Amino acid sequence: MKPFLLVAQREITTRIRKRSFLVMTILGPVLFIGLMVAPTLIAMSSETEELNLIVVDHSYVLPGTPSVEGANLAYFDPKEVTEEQAIALVRERDDIDGLLYLPESVNSDPEFSLKNAKLYTETTAPLGMASELEGLLERFAYEGKLRHFGVDPALVTQAKSDASIEAFELSDEGSEASGTEIKTGIGFFSGILIYMFTFLYAAQIMRGVIEEKTSRIVEVLVTSVKPTQLMLGKILGIASVGLLQFAIWIALTAAAASAVGAAGLLSPDPAQLEALGAAGQTPPELGELQSVLGTLDALNLPALIAMFLFYFLSGYLFYGALFAAVGAAVDSETDTQQFMLPLTLPLVLTFILSTNIIENPNGPVAVALSLIPFSAPIAMMIRLPFGVPWYELAASMSLMVLGFLGTVWLAARIYRVGILSYGKKPTYADLWKWIRMKP
Amino acid sequence: MNALTATGLHKRYASHHALRGLDMEIPQGSLFGLLGPNGAGKTTFIRIANRILAPDEGRIELFGAPLDASSALRIGYLPEERGLYKSMKVGEQAMYLAQLRGLSATDAKQRLRTWFERWELQSWWDKKVSDLSKGMAQKVQFITTVLHEPELLIFDEPFSGFDPINAQLIREEMLRLNREGRTLIFSTHRMESVEELCTHIALINQGQNVLSGTVQGVKDRHRSGRFVLRYRAEHAASFTLPEGVELTRNEQEASGIFTSEFRAGLDDASRLLTALAPQVAVYQFEEVVPSIEDLFVQTVQGV
Repeated sequence: MKPFLLVAQREITTRIRKRSFLVMTILGPVLFIGLMVAPTLIAMSSETEELNLIVVDHSYVLPGTPSVEGANLAYFDPKEVTEEQAIALVRERDDIDGLLYLPESVNSDPEFSLKNAKLYTETTAPLGMASELEGLLERFAYEGKLRHFGVDPALVTQAKSDASIEAFELSDEGSEASGTEIKTGIGFFSGILIYMFTFLYAAQIMRGVIEEKTSRIVEVLVTSVKPTQLMLGKILGIASVGLLQFAIWIALTAAAASAVGAAGLLSPDPAQLEALGAAGQTPPELGELQSVLGTLDALNLPALIAMFLFYFLSGYLFYGALFAAVGAAVDSETDTQQFMLPLTLPLVLTFILSTNIIENPNGPVAVALSLIPFSAPIAMMIRLPFGVPWYELAASMSLMVLGFLGTVWLAARIYRVGILSYGKKPTYADLWKWIRMKP
Repeated sequence: MNALTATGLHKRYASHHALRGLDMEIPQGSLFGLLGPNGAGKTTFIRIANRILAPDEGRIELFGAPLDASSALRIGYLPEERGLYKSMKVGEQAMYLAQLRGLSATDAKQRLRTWFERWELQSWWDKKVSDLSKGMAQKVQFITTVLHEPELLIFDEPFSGFDPINAQLIREEMLRLNREGRTLIFSTHRMESVEELCTHIALINQGQNVLSGTVQGVKDRHRSGRFVLRYRAEHAASFTLPEGVELTRNEQEASGIFTSEFRAGLDDASRLLTALAPQVAVYQFEEVVPSIEDLFVQTVQGV
């Protein structure tokens, strides 16, 4: 086998057998699914515990026994029970969890008891219980006032209207729903993925180079493999591991999502919504879902995924080579700081400027950032869902290819000298000398 | 034929001129000792021979042909600073290094098994290198260096880092490999191992080859014409000397033993002994031959 392939093969086999690879591979989808399922689970769990509250209401705002989510309310005649007696009752009786107390009004101001209501509970009151009760009090006070002014509350409800605006983009082919939120979401998400992967895997290259250097095995390796090939073998080996992990994530997430979806934990369930739509009922989510699907259709997903892979790989190669050079230049990871800053700064800066790109995807800042290879992988991925002229895309991709060829060349020159230099921490001037040095 | 021939090698680093026109001839089948003080350029020369570095000027040939990508398959190299991947298993790592040197996976496995059995290392195969002692790891590295059975072996300070028992093991392996017809080059600063092992030496100082040849040849070139006689006597003898011979020392060494030193022509040994033998009870007579260590110090210090 070619030495270059042996190097890549070693990177792959040693890395995928590491425990951290297994953990990350499993944990990734678990996190994704967790994020999707958590809201449903939280909603379900809060329904299970109901509090038994007694109500002592001096304001007489609450009529009868209105229901409130998460609590059963029992009314006591305020004329017969004092605040202290009610509290004592809560303490004595196990089946009573708390007391909602509205004090007597001062100067017959009904607002006073509303503003000074108290909630006593034996355990910590669930999050949102107080605000739920506040809403309840406000609603009945509001309706009471309407009646006092001679207005039927049902009339007020009828008078309310719901407005909703859908944005359309006028293009040559006609008009299409612009779906700005979804585009922002897709662009931003793929930008974040590229950002994370670049850092994660480029840093792995750097650590691998430092390991070979500090263990001194590199001196034996470079007699069989040219330094440039050793570096490229390492970069491509780690890239394969990254892509493999990525593929497993997607497969596992899709499998888990469909399993979880079948269990009815994911809302909204598209089939159920369609059935509802067919029955003539249109819940608000259905309209949203249709517009999401419409936007996704209009986005040409295969092209987006292809572009994602291109920018993911070229960005990784671009930064991976530079990180390899940093690893070769230093003796230990603690010395990497001074060389890391100029590499991480453009990435972080692009990320900070991403809001600017989203606000104005075809503005000068966005265009410039998506052409410069340092920022293009993130900036272009954010811009792409909003539509990018073909010539800009072509220019950006060509610059990206030139960019990583350039950094690989530059890094190789630093690498071949650096891996055999020990001791003194090099300066930027030293690195420049290494670049110009004959092999 | 020479295993390795270097002519006029120059290598400049940013701050110093490491090789200044180094010439070197390493005959095939020799056990070649590369001597020199620290910073003389030994490691630079070794790295050029291994194509890790390229010379600024000069030519270097391996078995009569310029170095190229296939050279690595004919050379085994044990660097001075040794090391393996710490978190990789011993067997797997040895397989990797062997395959990098052009062995097929099946050949590599078979040869490794033979070596591991010979040195009784079988139980290490699935251990991580970080679990081995330094000496154990060095043994593994030695095996990976010679496994592809190269014609030329280059060891940079092979005995450093080995305990005396393992150093002896390595020494025996080196002699065995040499007997099998392989050329060995090793750099060292341990002079006793040089006289014991080497057929040839070269002394590098300040980037140049200042002294080289067979061990005996080098010694012969530095004959001084000094002879030492030790004899048994009660009192210092007074000698009648042949023409051209000068007595430089004559003193008691221990009770009943005297030492005297003579300066004569290089080939006067027999004539001198014939003249002296009837005069005293000879205990010992020898030509003063410089040790390699003496020559090393003399040459480096310019004495």
